[in-house]
Amino acid sequence: MKKTGAQILCESLIKEGVEVIFGILGGSVLPIYDTFPQYPELRHILVRHEQGAGHAADGYARATHKAGVCIATSGPGATNLVTGIACAYMDSVPMVAITGQVARPVIGKDAFQEIDITGITIPITKHNYLVTDVTELARTVKEAFHIAQTGRPGPVLIDIPRDIQQEQTDFVYPDKVDLPGYRVISRGHPAQIKKAAKLIDEADKPVIIAGRGIVISQAYDEFREFAEKAQIPVAHTLLGLSCFPGDHILGLGMMGMHGTGCANMAVQNADLLIAIGMRFDDRATANTKEFAPNARVIHIDIDPAEIGKNIPVDVPVVGDIKSVLTALNEEVEKREHVDWLSQIEQWRCEYPSQDIRQTGELLPQYVIRQICEATQGDALMVTGVGQNQMFVARYFTFTKPDSLISAGGLGPMGFELPAAMGAKIGRPEEVVWCVAGDGGFQMTIQELATITQENIAVKIAVMNNGYLGMVRQWQELFYERRYVDTKLWNPDFVRIAEAYEIPGVRVKRREEVIPAIQKAMEHPGAFLIDFLVEPEENIYPIVPPGECLARFFEPSRTETWKKKSGVSITEF
Amino acid sequence: MEGKLTDTRHTLVALVEDKPGVLNRVASLFRRRSFNIESLAVGGSEHPDLSRMTIVAIGDSAQVEQVRKQLEKLINVVKVADITEGDTVTRELALIKVKATASTRSEIMQIVSIFRANIVDVAPGSVTVEVTGDEDKVNSLLGLLRDFGVKEVSRTGRIALTRGSGS
Repeated sequence: MKKTGAQILCESLIKEGVEVIFGILGGSVLPIYDTFPQYPELRHILVRHEQGAGHAADGYARATHKAGVCIATSGPGATNLVTGIACAYMDSVPMVAITGQVARPVIGKDAFQEIDITGITIPITKHNYLVTDVTELARTVKEAFHIAQTGRPGPVLIDIPRDIQQEQTDFVYPDKVDLPGYRVISRGHPAQIKKAAKLIDEADKPVIIAGRGIVISQAYDEFREFAEKAQIPVAHTLLGLSCFPGDHILGLGMMGMHGTGCANMAVQNADLLIAIGMRFDDRATANTKEFAPNARVIHIDIDPAEIGKNIPVDVPVVGDIKSVLTALNEEVEKREHVDWLSQIEQWRCEYPSQDIRQTGELLPQYVIRQICEATQGDALMVTGVGQNQMFVARYFTFTKPDSLISAGGLGPMGFELPAAMGAKIGRPEEVVWCVAGDGGFQMTIQELATITQENIAVKIAVMNNGYLGMVRQWQELFYERRYVDTKLWNPDFVRIAEAYEIPGVRVKRREEVIPAIQKAMEHPGAFLIDFLVEPEENIYPIVPPGECLARFFEPSRTETWKKKSGVSITEF
Repeated sequence: MEGKLTDTRHTLVALVEDKPGVLNRVASLFRRRSFNIESLAVGGSEHPDLSRMTIVAIGDSAQVEQVRKQLEKLINVVKVADITEGDTVTRELALIKVKATASTRSEIMQIVSIFRANIVDVAPGSVTVEVTGDEDKVNSLLGLLRDFGVKEVSRTGRIALTRGSGS
């Protein structure tokens, strides 16, 4: 029986297990949308900006470990998806983005709402397709999902000309993919694993750096077994947080530019680094030339191109994390590192990471800790970008696996609200908190309408300091407090939420925090809390640009910093 | 990118799918990762659906290994090998339009014949020389012909195959 391209697309998506699609329609996708009612198994969620569709598909994918699907029309719809696609690319999130395209006869003629989205997204997709014949469509969808979800996950874009959506052909869904240029190595090489085990057994000051690869592979048990068996302390990248219990005795918290003093000291002083599912991003390593000078490096990752890209590696192990750790656990010996762990404990005491200074002011750290207490860590935290993101990373104790969704690589403001929306749809039974900065919140604030229309019960905490916080902090520390264009006039967020029929409260004082959070948790639907936090609060420690991890700055280290010349940190 | 003493020229040979836009994807990769590429030659191969691409990349061995691995990540790229170290046959073809007068033409023809090259076009003020060989040969001939005044040069860039019956 002959089916249209639009029907073939829908049926192929269903074959791939798709249940939700985030999108906005337009002329070039009308035939697809007109076909949706024939397939009630596909739930389409109409958002208010395609950036919201992209980030929602991303949040959904991170929450469910399935490819998130977003759809947009040609031209401006497609270009509005770019940020969402780039974000998924940078953080290795499985996504299939579908865009309509003008009809084939007018491609390349600057038609109405025509844009070369495949050209634009080449650098930010794992692969992309412009479908040129309706008979290729089913195979293209199958390949797209295979590429997006296997190996190192990532976004794949499929551009479908309007006339192909309406053309008919027989629908045959292929059983397998034929991609001679795409091979995934999942099993680590046994000889490499043995080499790694030997180095691990011999090390005196080993440190594990845990990244998002552990979350992607869902290797929480194997990882915990490894860390505990070999007794090795665990530092996390931002995206590695929650792969290991935050209150574990071996846990050091986040390392990097805003990492804990203890984690940074441990990494810098290690004689062996075991990097698992992380890519030595510059926020994590700080100055690469001075990074961990005495350490040999074992790098376990599924992407061979990451090995040796930023940091030279002594023992590479390419493979799926779960599979490699299972084999590694057989090879490593049970060990104790009493001296090293006691040094780590000293650093922990010297650089307490979750202390909150006693003050009458309303501090963002306090808000985050209260959310942590109220949820008992049983929540999915979705952050924006900037100070709000760092406060969550440092002051929330992640005890539940896979409980942080944060855009680390691209770092787009406005990620928080739509991503929280997508995450909640993916995990409807969980409590989902969206922690937003007042700047980022307003970049995708229009998605409050989607939340109301679709009844998505996210709890929104706006960390309202009236500034673009992270940039203001940089201006304070590195630009002699010249606050250029960082102060924000903000509207009344509670009244805005009310206009979107979402209840909300404003919190101005410390005593109001716990009751507000309680109210939000007790309310069955979406709820917004506008926290008027201390405007010029900074996130510490910070490793200034050009410095190595051990040279982190916080007010208690001002004296050490005054002695070093050439670094201008505004003194206070 | 500044050249370093450790920078050398490496020959990478890639088998890529013969599909629209593949050259674009490869070029886009080189540009955005700031890879230093001296030449790229692409054409058919022994497989009906695959093209062979020969790339001369400049850098130290770590940088060139990154070029190789990032190329292999592309879905349309089947395999990439760095054949710099091994035994290889490398060739390039160049067309060189040289200024030639009645008095200089015979000298030019002598040089051309020494290099076993060919004259493929003659005009009142110039001749066009076709030469095939490894880069050193092409560069030497070009050097000698510059004395006469070179009007135009078109070079294909290096292609290479490993010696022996393996592939």
